[in-house]
Amino acid sequence: MERTIRVLVAKPGLDGHDRGAKVIARALRDAGMEVVYTGLRQTPEQIVQAAVQEDVDVIAMSILSGAHNHLFPRVTELLAEKKVDDVLVIGGGVIPEGDYEFLKSKGIAAIFGPGTPTATTVEFIRTHLKR
Amino acid sequence: MSGNEKLKAELARWSAGVEKSLAKHPERRERFVTGSKAPVERLYTPVDLEGRDHLEDIGLPGEYPFTRGVQSTMYRGRFWTMRQYAGFATAEESNKRYKYLLEQGQTGLSVAFDLPTQIGYDSDHPLSAGEVGKVGVAIDSLADMEILFDGIPLDKVSTSMTINAPAAVLLAMYIAVAEKQGVTPDKLNGTIQNDILKEYVARGTYIFPPEPSMRLITDIFAYCSKEVPAWNTISISGYHIREAGSTAVQEVAFTLADGIAYVEAAIKAGLDVDEFAPRLSFFFNAHNDLFEEVAKFRAARRLWAKVMKERFGAKSPKSWMLRFHTQTGGSTLTAQQPDNNVVRVAVQALAAVLGGTQSLHTNSRDEALALPTEESVRIALRTQQIIANESGAAETVDPLAGSYYVESLTNRIEDEAWNYIRKIDSLGGAVKAIEHGFVQQEIQDAAYAYQMDVESGERVVVGLNKFQVKEAAPEGLLRVDPSVGASQAAKLEALRAKRDSARVEAALASLKAASKSDANLMPPIVEAVKAYATLGEICDVLRATFGEYQQKVTI
Amino acid sequence: MGDRGAPDPEGVVDLIRAGDARTIARAITRAESGDPGVEAALRLLHRHTGKAHVVGVTGPPGSGKSTLVDKLVKTYRERGLSVGVVAVDPSSPFTGGAVLGDRIRMQGRALDEGVFIRSLATRGSLGGLSKACAETVRILDAAGYERVIIETVGVGQSEVDIVKLADSVLLVSVPGLGDDIQAIKAGVMEIGDVFVVNKADRDGADRVVREIRAMLETAWVNTGAGGRLIASGGAHHAASPSNTAAGVADEDPHAFLAKLPPVLKTVAETGEGVGALVEAVEAHRAKLVESGLLEERRKANAAAELKAALAARVLARLEAGPAGAELLRLAGELATRERDLYDALETLEGILSASGSPLAGRSGTNPGQAGD
Repeated sequence: MERTIRVLVAKPGLDGHDRGAKVIARALRDAGMEVVYTGLRQTPEQIVQAAVQEDVDVIAMSILSGAHNHLFPRVTELLAEKKVDDVLVIGGGVIPEGDYEFLKSKGIAAIFGPGTPTATTVEFIRTHLKR
Repeated sequence: MSGNEKLKAELARWSAGVEKSLAKHPERRERFVTGSKAPVERLYTPVDLEGRDHLEDIGLPGEYPFTRGVQSTMYRGRFWTMRQYAGFATAEESNKRYKYLLEQGQTGLSVAFDLPTQIGYDSDHPLSAGEVGKVGVAIDSLADMEILFDGIPLDKVSTSMTINAPAAVLLAMYIAVAEKQGVTPDKLNGTIQNDILKEYVARGTYIFPPEPSMRLITDIFAYCSKEVPAWNTISISGYHIREAGSTAVQEVAFTLADGIAYVEAAIKAGLDVDEFAPRLSFFFNAHNDLFEEVAKFRAARRLWAKVMKERFGAKSPKSWMLRFHTQTGGSTLTAQQPDNNVVRVAVQALAAVLGGTQSLHTNSRDEALALPTEESVRIALRTQQIIANESGAAETVDPLAGSYYVESLTNRIEDEAWNYIRKIDSLGGAVKAIEHGFVQQEIQDAAYAYQMDVESGERVVVGLNKFQVKEAAPEGLLRVDPSVGASQAAKLEALRAKRDSARVEAALASLKAASKSDANLMPPIVEAVKAYATLGEICDVLRATFGEYQQKVTI
Repeated sequence: MGDRGAPDPEGVVDLIRAGDARTIARAITRAESGDPGVEAALRLLHRHTGKAHVVGVTGPPGSGKSTLVDKLVKTYRERGLSVGVVAVDPSSPFTGGAVLGDRIRMQGRALDEGVFIRSLATRGSLGGLSKACAETVRILDAAGYERVIIETVGVGQSEVDIVKLADSVLLVSVPGLGDDIQAIKAGVMEIGDVFVVNKADRDGADRVVREIRAMLETAWVNTGAGGRLIASGGAHHAASPSNTAAGVADEDPHAFLAKLPPVLKTVAETGEGVGALVEAVEAHRAKLVESGLLEERRKANAAAELKAALAARVLARLEAGPAGAELLRLAGELATRERDLYDALETLEGILSASGSPLAGRSGTNPGQAGD
């Protein structure tokens, strides 16, 4: 059965630069996905709760403030606490490549840095769904 | 006009010939456009400027409508202020960086605050976790501010603070630090960004809803016009609007529409336009399309002069002048082949100088990756110094004036910006247009169109979608020590134990009372700051009275 | 898709009733996508539903519905009631994708375990959405949410249909949308039980209130109908066909006005008037219960749902059978004008009666048995 892919696009932390998050939200919509956009200043707790209630396949987070090493892993930790193991978690924003390894070890499946074509993200989601 | 008739005939002949040769020698593309996707013709001539009056439209430098610049001698008098935005983790480190920059020949300070500070949370607030000291310095109380400016004579430097929602509190702290140095407020020079409207549409560090936010702003206008007369009380910012993806025209239009809203609010609050308007300043972006950017700055100056003179009836020429700071475009930097960014920044900085900026921040090459290293910051500053001292661009006033192309672009940008401003007026002004989501939607549509153009290859970004190379991960990026959060929290704890808590309580109580009345909020904020009430405590008092802004989301 | 919770319908029902967020959410996803694997659980669940009071909220874009819903939820929470929210947003007709942004305005309720917010996209088919929405409401109902709010943009018939799932319908209007009440006029007015003029701090709010009142009075007098309209006012007039203008004129004017649906002013941003709005909704609910109209209304809604589901099922089976190919062929002839509509219908009806009931032979409806 063809199931519509649902994605939570979230802005964790305090940074207000949501250009990238909105562009990706729109690109995912145009790729036929349903996008739940959370708006700014989301705590990891809020993101995980929204992901659970909305039963999304993917959590896509964007951070430009440098707080990624703190906030991204908090989200995957909370998912694990709730025994949610079938949600794909990806991230984007201004994130030094040196941090990719650490974030991957924390369950962030991929990091999409500045300049990533939206088509790359769309394709990654389609091929890496966990359910 | 007979000259133009002859020219037109010649042009027709010439065009026919060119069209014929196109079959054999086609141009690179069918349509040529500016960086903002406006059409660009093959050739510009005096015909394109027909019907324009030189004196009325272009005029002379230092005179209405200021198309050529706000000073008569511009950079022949002195160069623009080279002002690099910087702020790192703790007040101690930032203080060190400021002293370094001043030694390197920088002439003004620009303070970057971390996000908790910008949103009015103390470093130990739960929402501050992971953010303390990340994008700028963490300021929780006057104690931090004292360290930040330790050994920097505040009567000798001009300081620009990128602070908006809690601008009143940070300004109060600056005044209090100066007082401790024995500097009276009337000797202080600098700028607070204090532009809340663009926070709602582009930058996101808002706290309160529009109405009380506008009140805080007009309170600052009123207070400063008496107490801190040389202070630039607002920096009306197009920079972030452009970063959010707008076109050059939208940058001008939405920024000036915000400006109009502030002037209207101040007049409504009973201020005389010529009393506060000379202290308004602007902040624009500089992107890669050199000519369009230069035209943008010129159009903005002309437009604002007309707005102030004709719409608001300002009498003082100082009220008509659009003075602005420029920062090169952060969103134009690529994470790929970051050294290429040095060249982009040079072009953008040149655009700002040719456009007559009053001060300039040049971005560092590594900013698409992380906060800049000291070496990168130095190259960025040197870029400005090369333009100033070696390029010749500073030797005459407004050197591109009279270029048929640049003048045409200037006219077009002004016309199109007027169209937007009229549209915003019809929606009830900038505040209403933002509440409707109109401004946000326009910006996002432009941002998405840009992204699609890059992805389709329609727009070339060197190193990103063309001329790529395989490259190793960059090294030596600046990292913020993650322990800053803990050390700020410890400082706060010590402060709360040490300070006179009765005095804090009393100061916060009178702030609360003032917030519920029509009284100017600056005096009680200054008092609270001096009592070492924290930024978070002060903002919490205001949150309780004013409520918090709920984001209007458009996608 | 993953199969967590799929094999054991009883287990799923137990978890839903215990309020397990993941099971609730997954069941909604399955119901929404028409996954037959969830049918067994939905059957079992049905007997645990009917306790929640369902509130529909609709109004034109820009009327501040989401913010109003956020404040309604807040007020209900302050009164100790748990709340489910179903926020419906349109899918793109071109790509099928959607951006579901209503949740943003409900962040005030984040992390409150007594609130469950779910965003649904319209996904093209109207009947499909109504069904998905009804199932979602039932799942939240069974999970113990005492109030379930359905929020949808009141722009078309589909939204009207969805909102009709509700026990109480709030029609939200707002001053300054040009022709102020135009947006709720056409075909929508009669479904309102409580009328809300939001953003009432704006100029023109009182005028909108007056206009709505005037329209309500006219509708009441002229038609004596608008079943819901009168139902919300008072039970005894609901079915009276003799409710003419003359009949009304005999009545005490105060009693007459008291029967009209209330028109309330709110400023959702500040929460002003939301307390009174909740009172009005609760009063409507009490009236429905007392008068027995709640049961009547639910019967009508159930009939509509059943008919729609039946129609969908009949059509699906028809298309799958021999008549399906015939239908396409006839459609072609219809388009080329070789045949007319009535002719085509008669031909199809002939096929149907020849093969007996379109549902004959279906054996897989009971999950306990082997499927077909």
